[in-house]
Amino acid sequence: MLKTFKFGGVHPKEEKLTAGLAIQRLPLPKKVILPVAQHIGVPAMLAVKKGDLVKTGMLIAKSGGFVSANIHAPVSGRVSKIAERIDASGYKSLSIVIETEGDIWEESITLDQPFQAIEALTTAELLLKIRTAGVVGLGGAAFPTHVKLEPPAGMKADTLLINGVECEPYLTSDHSLMLEKGSEILKGTSLLMKVLKVQRAIVGIEINKPDAILLLRDLAKNFQGIEVEPLQLKYPQGSEKQLIQALTGRMVGPGALPASVGVVVNNVATAFAVYEAVAFNKPLIERVVTVTGKGVSKPGNFLVRIGTPIKELIEAAGGLPEDTGKVILGGPMMGKAISNLKIPVTKGMSGIVLIQEKEASRQQVMPCIRCAKCVDGCPMNLEPYLLMMISEKGMWEQAESNHVTDCIECGSCSYTCPSSRPLLDYIRTGKSKVGKLIRSRQNSVLTDKQIPI
Amino acid sequence: MSNLFTVSPSPHTKGDDSIPKIMWSVVIALVPVILMASLFFGLHSLKIMVVAVVSCLLFEYTIQKYILKVPTTIRDGSAIITGLLLAFNLPAGLPVWLVVLGSLVAIGIAKLSFGGLGQNPFNPALVGRVFLLISFPVQMTTWTANITVTDTFTGATPLMLLKEGVKSGKSLAEITTNSQMPGYFDMFWGNMSGSLGEISAMAILLGGIYLLWKKIITWHIPVAVLGSIFLFEGVLWMAAPDRFMDPVFHLITGGVMLGAIFMATDLTTSPMTPLGKVIFGVGIGVITICIRNFGAYPEGISFAILIMNGFTPLINAKVKPKRFGGK
Ligand code: SF4
Ligand code: SF4
Repeated sequence: MLKTFKFGGVHPKEEKLTAGLAIQRLPLPKKVILPVAQHIGVPAMLAVKKGDLVKTGMLIAKSGGFVSANIHAPVSGRVSKIAERIDASGYKSLSIVIETEGDIWEESITLDQPFQAIEALTTAELLLKIRTAGVVGLGGAAFPTHVKLEPPAGMKADTLLINGVECEPYLTSDHSLMLEKGSEILKGTSLLMKVLKVQRAIVGIEINKPDAILLLRDLAKNFQGIEVEPLQLKYPQGSEKQLIQALTGRMVGPGALPASVGVVVNNVATAFAVYEAVAFNKPLIERVVTVTGKGVSKPGNFLVRIGTPIKELIEAAGGLPEDTGKVILGGPMMGKAISNLKIPVTKGMSGIVLIQEKEASRQQVMPCIRCAKCVDGCPMNLEPYLLMMISEKGMWEQAESNHVTDCIECGSCSYTCPSSRPLLDYIRTGKSKVGKLIRSRQNSVLTDKQIPI
Repeated sequence: MSNLFTVSPSPHTKGDDSIPKIMWSVVIALVPVILMASLFFGLHSLKIMVVAVVSCLLFEYTIQKYILKVPTTIRDGSAIITGLLLAFNLPAGLPVWLVVLGSLVAIGIAKLSFGGLGQNPFNPALVGRVFLLISFPVQMTTWTANITVTDTFTGATPLMLLKEGVKSGKSLAEITTNSQMPGYFDMFWGNMSGSLGEISAMAILLGGIYLLWKKIITWHIPVAVLGSIFLFEGVLWMAAPDRFMDPVFHLITGGVMLGAIFMATDLTTSPMTPLGKVIFGVGIGVITICIRNFGAYPEGISFAILIMNGFTPLINAKVKPKRFGGK
């Protein structure tokens, strides 16, 4: 019996149209747009000004704190603007715009000469390289990787998990990377193991990618302590807590970090970026993005520079189909629908899915028939029907006591509901209200304490 | 180019489950039962089923359209199921006007007055049946002879034979050797007297397997109901075999199979969590056996289900799924 996580889960249609397609390199875009806030945490601070000439790989925005990440020029050219530009959130945010003039790389980056003395690097040196390169989680969350590699005091990791699950329908960027850069991914994994001082790493891959499982299994024979574990097909297996449960049987408690159960999780693409950062001093300036959808004429997996407007990517995939009803950044379960194609590729963007008009609108909402499918499908063991009812009525205390904040927004509940109820829409509202409540309570505790002093 | 696209929050895809799909799957699951009812009761049973379904649909339509003035929902298929299940709980010879009255109570009172689909606390078909049973006890216990049974057969159900036998002081041995008492194989196959849909355990089990396969129901409620009846009656029987029938008898007679598989599993009126469902099912099993052995009525599963329907909100409030990673 293949391993999987224990509670809930659904089986969305896979629709992996681009599975097994080779990674194509997209020609350099005419200009790139780089929001300074494209990772979780503090936005990066500008390190260039309008008119500056930059080389590919040059630092253009410097990490703004511990939980933050450097941003580098993905092309060489001139900084033409530093201004507010619309980003994936749908809002404008401060961005650096570079007009491409060429592709001249920084001298410190040694693409054809891998760093020889990797073995000799200390943990601190490795960490510094990863941090300098601006590596963040490439699975979608864009959480700065160096932060994960330094668990808080008192927590010690014993196992590294590498996420090759890619459980979202349509997306295949990680799959294609595993097929083409398998050994680099494993080298990156060994480096991460060294940083974390763990002896064991498990690469989790769902069984719908048998070629990747076989290949990585074979390659892993040359590495110490790396196992490759095939997993049952079930969404949301790529979610951190679910993957940890599937691979190790451990459960990360509410609000706790994976390190609290001795685990750190990184995506396969992140492991690859770590390898490139260490071996070539190469900053994170490009990534693989799947561009796909049923009406797309040439769907594919593209290696693109960060900052490329998604319009150019869609052109490369054969152009925007006439009947496109929805454009999603990321996968259809958790991705974000956008209305503007000028939005640039950011570090955390794994795919662009173009949904046809006929599938773009939601079905009519019917009354809840208490079929319990949402309860059975929730991987966090919540009661989505109840949370929706509570949120509809604005009963935030009840929402809190029913653990609305545990929700990982996987969408399994809305996906599975036969009455097409917009469960997650309401639960999200509940979650953010309760989050505010909790924060204001913490603040008032602080001020109470401050009064006597 | 902007603003042409739909922008809505995730998820952007939807499974293909829908209310009509669930309802039609249930109707398909009921087909074996319909066939067995027609086989054993002939045109009588068809008449009752048609009248019940048509009246449920008509009442739902008229009440929604002219009294409540809300959009009508007859196309979701739920009224058809209520009609069929109500018919399954009626004797084949029941006068048509009583079938119509039962449908009115089921749809008008038990379903629509609580707010319609998904809002009703009690199983509508059972409310209809129990209303008729209490108001018209004679008609509701006049069993048309099962047409395939020999002439000697007067139509009393095995449970009635049992209850009346015990009341008149007969021993269990006398009761079971009564020529009217069918053998277990006949009971399982459906060759006995009873309500339309309850006679054939075999047909009901077939439908149940289909519902499980289609993931409309989970195993918890049927297994809890049947398991608790088997265990509870088994203990009584072992303690006093001269006073209590064996557990198999109670599983395949009366409405236990129909109740456990089609009535108690009604989505709206049963609990949401697996543990809640087990508690609910055990409650039904225990109450049923108590009524059958110690109560005034020969059969108790309808009451048992309605009583546990009443407990469902409490079970839902108290039996919660265990929080992921929680203590
Ligand atoms: S979105 Fe939240 S409530 Fe819905 S299934 Fe996922 S974790 Fe559960
Ligand atoms: S899946 Fe939909 S209809 Fe079923 S209980 Fe949940 S909210 Fe209600």
